Amino acid sequence: MIGCKEAVRHLWEYLDETVGDADREALEEHLSRCRRCCAELEFAEEMRRFLSESSREEIPPDVMARLDETLEGLGER
Amino acid sequence: MRLVPEPSIERAGDKPRQSFERLARAELARLYAIARRLAGDEAEDAVQECLVKAFERFDQLDDLDAGPAWLARILVNCCHDRGRARSGRPREIAFEEVDDFSLYRKIALEDPYPYSDSLHLDFLGGFGREDVREVLLRLPDLYRIPLVLVYMYGFPTKEAARILDAPLGTVLARLHRGRKLFERQMWDYAEETGLLEEGATR
Repeated sequence: MIGCKEAVRHLWEYLDETVGDADREALEEHLSRCRRCCAELEFAEEMRRFLSESSREEIPPDVMARLDETLEGLGER
Repeated sequence: MRLVPEPSIERAGDKPRQSFERLARAELARLYAIARRLAGDEAEDAVQECLVKAFERFDQLDDLDAGPAWLARILVNCCHDRGRARSGRPREIAFEEVDDFSLYRKIALEDPYPYSDSLHLDFLGGFGREDVREVLLRLPDLYRIPLVLVYMYGFPTKEAARILDAPLGTVLARLHRGRKLFERQMWDYAEETGLLEEGATR
């Protein structure tokens, strides 16, 4: 059996599916009896969504024009 | 049944330059977005440098399917070199205080929006894309780069390990600490920039 401190340490690895079998089983056992860690797991999922949604970025037109020039000029030097 | 073939980067009869340009154009938006998060205002220069270097070494790329990760690797090195060249050092971070930090618990404990029913979501909702970028730029490269590659741009951890030329276990450990640092810096940033007060009055 593990406590909250240990459980919280593995939440993201659990979501990433990089946690080992023994740790996963211990974590799932802990989550089955701890509402606070379940809520923290939900927050970890929100954080992952938040990071992924923060990734979008438009290339400004002036930057795009210069990158175009670079690509078109490759091999001509 | 697929009637239209998948667009391929490599086409019969392509010259290397055309192949490269097709690969680069397909990846350009992602490369620029990654560079904005790793090199900040030097993103454009980092991408330019990446394109030139990658084209020079294009004959070393055996498998075009590996092209996106190969380009990302070159870009990461360009961004990292720029970070090293900059005179400013990242702010000092006390790691021992960070490893057990939980943003979830911190928000619950400090209760910045007493009238909210969705405290944690409100906290995240206060951050715009620029705020996230600012927070990321506070992290040392060692932790910021894997965080950006894996959680923002969806590179699998094994691929991130190849891009960073580091063992998988090392990358997983950096991701763990990077997440904690990011959470800690989100809280500090929200306090310093008044995001908490803004949220409380919404």
